[in-house]
Amino acid sequence: MIAEAPDVPVIDARNVTIRFGRLTAVDAVSLDVGHGEVFGLLGPNGSGKTTLIRALCGLIPLASGSARVLGRDAMRESDAVRAGIGYMSQKFALYEDLTAQENLDFYSGIYGLTASQARDRQAELVDEVGLAPHLKKRGAHLSGGWKQRLALACSLLHRPRLVFLDEPTPGIDPVARRDLWDLLFRLSAQDVTLFVTTHYMDEAERCGRVAYLYLGRLLAVGTPDELTRWPGVTPAGSRRVEILGGDPAAIFDRLRDREGIVQVTIFGRSVRAVVEAAISDRSLADELNGAEIRPSWPTLEDVFVTLARAQETGGRP
Amino acid sequence: MNSGGFRRLRAIASKERLHIVRDPSTLFFAVFLPVLELFMLGYAIDTNVRHVRTIVFDEARTQESRSLLLRFTNSEDFRIVGEVFTDRDLARALVSGRARVGIKIPEAYSRRVQSGRTGQVLILVDGSESSVAAEAVNVGGAIALSESLDRLLEGRRMPVEARPRVLFNPDTRSANFFIPGLMVVLCQMMATMLSANAVVREKERGTLEQLFMTPVRAGELILGKMLPYLGLVLAEFCMIGLLMVVGFGVPIHGNFFTLLIVALPFYLSMIGLGLAISTRAQTRDASMQMTIATILPSMFLSGYVFPLDSMPRPFWLLAQAIPTTWMIDVARGVVLRGAGWADLWLHAVVLSAQAVVLLAISAVLFRKRLT
Ligand SMILES: Nc1ncnc2c1ncn2[C@@H]1O[C@H](COP(=O)(O)OP(=O)(O)OP(=O)(O)O)[C@@H](O)[C@H]1O
Ligand SMILES: [Mg+2]
Repeated sequence: MIAEAPDVPVIDARNVTIRFGRLTAVDAVSLDVGHGEVFGLLGPNGSGKTTLIRALCGLIPLASGSARVLGRDAMRESDAVRAGIGYMSQKFALYEDLTAQENLDFYSGIYGLTASQARDRQAELVDEVGLAPHLKKRGAHLSGGWKQRLALACSLLHRPRLVFLDEPTPGIDPVARRDLWDLLFRLSAQDVTLFVTTHYMDEAERCGRVAYLYLGRLLAVGTPDELTRWPGVTPAGSRRVEILGGDPAAIFDRLRDREGIVQVTIFGRSVRAVVEAAISDRSLADELNGAEIRPSWPTLEDVFVTLARAQETGGRP
Repeated sequence: MNSGGFRRLRAIASKERLHIVRDPSTLFFAVFLPVLELFMLGYAIDTNVRHVRTIVFDEARTQESRSLLLRFTNSEDFRIVGEVFTDRDLARALVSGRARVGIKIPEAYSRRVQSGRTGQVLILVDGSESSVAAEAVNVGGAIALSESLDRLLEGRRMPVEARPRVLFNPDTRSANFFIPGLMVVLCQMMATMLSANAVVREKERGTLEQLFMTPVRAGELILGKMLPYLGLVLAEFCMIGLLMVVGFGVPIHGNFFTLLIVALPFYLSMIGLGLAISTRAQTRDASMQMTIATILPSMFLSGYVFPLDSMPRPFWLLAQAIPTTWMIDVARGVVLRGAGWADLWLHAVVLSAQAVVLLAISAVLFRKRLT
C-alpha cells in the first residue's frame, strides 16, 4: 500500500532536472511537501510548473535527480503512485462529447470502482461540487466553472491522498473560485495533500506554503508570511509607503525617475513605493501637493516581482 | 486480469463506443465511405474488354459485308455506335475518341470473296488504351479467321476444336476477381485509420494526459480501444460482403463464416498497426498520412492490383510478409474457389502470427508517457 507514515513526505523531490532537447525546463528543483499541506507553486508562464507536476506523476522522465511521491519512486513505481493521486490539468481534459455523468462513469471504471462504490462516491462528489443540475449536459456545453468542478469530481473519485491542481481557476468567477477553495480546504481538513499552481496572489496567500519557480529554477519556498518578511523585498535603508489622494497616474509619473525612489507601482486608487530612508514622509507629501503618506507592507506579489527582477538583471536577490 | 482490470477495460470500451456513436463524421467515414468506394471502384474496375465503341464504314454494302459486321456485333466485344461514309470521317471518329475501333469494308470485298481471292477488311484500332487495343486486334483476327473457315469448310465440321473452360469464375468477370480484394483493402484502411485516430484524437485534446495520470495499464487501454473498432470493422466487412452478393451478383462459393474467422486476426493486425502509428503521430493529419503510406504497399504488393506470380522475386518475398497478401488470397479462395479450412489453415496460422507480432510491437511502443 501507499506509505502513510507522517514522517515520510508526500512529495520528496531532490535536484529534479528535466530537459526537452537543449531546453532545461526544470533545473535542479528540490522540495518536499508534507501531509495535509496546501502547497502553492507560482511562477511566470513557461517557468516549468506543469512540467514539474507531470514529472512528479511519472509522465516525463527526469534527466537527473529523484522524485518520490507518496513514498514511491515517481517513475519506476508510477502505477502505484497514480492509484493514490488525483490530477486536474490546466486545460479541460475530459471528454467533450460525453455528458458529465458519462465522464464520471468512465473515470469510476478507470479507477476500478464497483458499480455500488461508483454510485455512492459519485453521489457524494456531485453533492459536494453541486453538479447535480448539469449531469446530463455534454462536456462541450458546460461553462468553464462547471467544467472545472466536473474535472475536480472526476479526479477525486478514488479518494486520492494527494491532488495536483494545475491552474484550477483561470477564467472562473469570484464566487465559483471561492467555492472551489472552500472545497479544497475541506479536502485538506480530511488530510488530503494539495499541490496547486496558480497565477493569482490571493490564492497563493491561502496556501500553507508557496514556492516560486522562475525559468525552471526554484527561487524561494516558504509560508506567505515568511516570504513577505524576507528582507530582500525591502532593501536595507528603505521603507514601503502607500500614497493616497491625487491622481495616481500623475504621482506615478513624478516618482518614477525621482532619485531616492527604489520602486513605484500603481495600486488601484493609490500608489505604492519603496522609498529611501533619507526622504521623509513629510517632504514626500509636500512634493506631491499634500497627498497622504502611510506605511505599507510588502505583499507576496512584491516578493515575486522582486525575485523575478533580480533574476532578469542577473543579480542574486 | 483481475476484476479492477476488467472494469477499466469495460469503461474504455464503452466510452469508445460512445465516441463512435456521437461522432457523425467518423461514422460516415467508417460506414458510408467504404460502401461508396465499393460502388465506384467495383463498377469502374472492369479489366475485361467488352462493348468497345466501334464505327463502321461499309463501302461494299452487300450481303457478305453485312454478315461479317453481324459477327462483330454478336461477339459482344464490339458495340457499333455509328456509321460513316468517308475515310476522313472514319479517321475523325477515332481521333475524337467517339470510337476506339473503326471497321472499313472496301467496295471490292464481296467481289473478291466470291471470286476466290482474299477479301480484305481494314480494322483501325486506337492504341492509346493498350488493353482495349490488344483485345480488339485479337478478336478482330479471330472473327476474320472464323469467317474464312466457314467459307472454306462450306458446312463441313471443324477438324479440331479447343474448348477452354475457365474454372471458378466462368464468365471471367473482373468484378468477381476484384471485389473480394476490394472488400479486404477497404476494411483494412478503415481499421488502421480508426484505431490510429482513436488515440491521436485523445492526444490532440489532452484527454490522453489525464488518462495517463490514472492507474490504467497500457494493455487495458489498447484492448479497450481495440474491441469496439474490431466490432465495427467486422460489421462493415459483413456489409460489404452482402453488397458484393446483392449489388454485384458475385456468388460466394465457400463459407462466409470461415472467411470472417480468418479475417479476425487480420483486422487485429491492422488495428495494431493503427495503434503503432498513433504512438508516433501527434496530429490526425500526420496519422492519416502514415496510414496511407501503409495502405499503398498493401494494395500494390498484395496481389490486389498486380498478380503475385509475375512479380520479381524480391517483391514476391516482401509480399509474403504483408498480411494483406494472405488475407486477399483467403477472400478470393473462399468467394471464388469455395476454399475451406483444409486449404486455408496455413493462412490462418500466418495471419495470427502476424497479428501477435504487430500487437506486441504496438504495445511496446505504446507507453504511458508523454513525449
Ligand atoms: N513536451 C514538450 N516538449 C518541448 N518543450 C516543452 C514541452 N512541454 C513544455 N515544454 C517547454 O518547457 C517550458 C516549461 O513549460 P511548462 O508548461 O511547464 O510551463 P508552465 O510553468 O506550466 O507555464 P504556464 O504558466 O503557461 O502554464 C516551456 O518553455 C515549454 O515550452
Ligand atoms: Mg502550465
